[in-house]
Amino acid sequence: MNQELDNRNTKVMNRFDVTSRLIAKLRNEEAVIGGIGNTNFDLWAAGHRPQNFYMLGSMGLAFSIALGVALAQPERRVFALEGDGSLLMQLGALSTIAALKPKNLTMIVMDNGIYQITGAQPTPAANVADIVAIAIGSGLANSAWAADEEDFERLVDDAMAASEPNLIGVRIDDKPGVGTTRRDPVQIRERFMHGLGVREPL
Amino acid sequence: MAIAEQQTSSQATQGAGDRSWHGIVLQTLKRNEISLIPYVPDRVLTPLIKNLHADPFFTTFATAREEEAVGIVSGAWMGGRRGAVLMQTSGFATLANVLASLAVPYQIPLIMFVSERGTLGEFNYGQSLVCRTMRPVLDSLALEHHTITRLDELEFIADRSIKQAVTTQAPVALILNPLLTGGKVFDK
Repeated sequence: MNQELDNRNTKVMNRFDVTSRLIAKLRNEEAVIGGIGNTNFDLWAAGHRPQNFYMLGSMGLAFSIALGVALAQPERRVFALEGDGSLLMQLGALSTIAALKPKNLTMIVMDNGIYQITGAQPTPAANVADIVAIAIGSGLANSAWAADEEDFERLVDDAMAASEPNLIGVRIDDKPGVGTTRRDPVQIRERFMHGLGVREPL
Repeated sequence: MAIAEQQTSSQATQGAGDRSWHGIVLQTLKRNEISLIPYVPDRVLTPLIKNLHADPFFTTFATAREEEAVGIVSGAWMGGRRGAVLMQTSGFATLANVLASLAVPYQIPLIMFVSERGTLGEFNYGQSLVCRTMRPVLDSLALEHHTITRLDELEFIADRSIKQAVTTQAPVALILNPLLTGGKVFDK
């Protein structure tokens, strides 16, 4: 992250802290989809809930998976957490979501400008592109940078009552995730389905 | 284009009694309560896509990439809603990563309809080459797949394959061969 080039006047926050703040606000069994790598590691570390889904691959598909959940359960609010590097792999998904206008989907982008988990290489967008501007340009008018932690919480509160899809950009530091998700895809999927009320445990 | 055009023009009769390939696919999807249909378009699939859009039972929409569509129907399945993805051979070629890291390990009954380009009269060398990658990729993951060539076998194969995908929680690819659809011929 090139601090000098940044003119958004947004604070650099921490992924685990911001994720924990989101989880603490959830009261209605909201679904949360965690993108590949550190994004879902910190979701796991913030405290497992049955309504959490952790991706172990398919980089870039957190928003698409969340869109599917949102379309299947329009009465449930769905949050998706994605890294900036992941999102760059699937920018078209933003337009798909903008076109479908699910009112219950909130996207959160954790933007540190680097592929932290592979050795902190900068992304191609790091010093030239603005994720929130890309989202707005993709048709997601309700997209904003969180200025600081309080502003993030305010944007989450707004999202809870939103009537259109919304996106929150969060500038984060270069720290790795705090925990490590248990890599058991079948159990992750099955427990998520229990959490969404789709299935009962055996 | 003759066969495909004849079938396209017959879509005016689309409905429960429609025995065109695309009429059978639509009714089979509906009978199996598959209502979410993301797709990346293909010329041969056009009558099916048009009729899906026209039927309010279905939520039918284009995605920018095929793997995006796979992510959407995977999420929808976990949320209790069934979907299927429509694509062309070249689109399937973009899916190895999402199949191996999402659909297969998470045991998601991903239902794919693939319009087969690259064979039986292909005019684009690139299409004919990418077509050759499809079955090796499916076989490398031991995925169920059927190539449908006959109208009289379509309903049985599609209906049974969808039910098997759901009950065994495993992906299936239904490859719509030019012998069934007429395919796309010459530069058009």
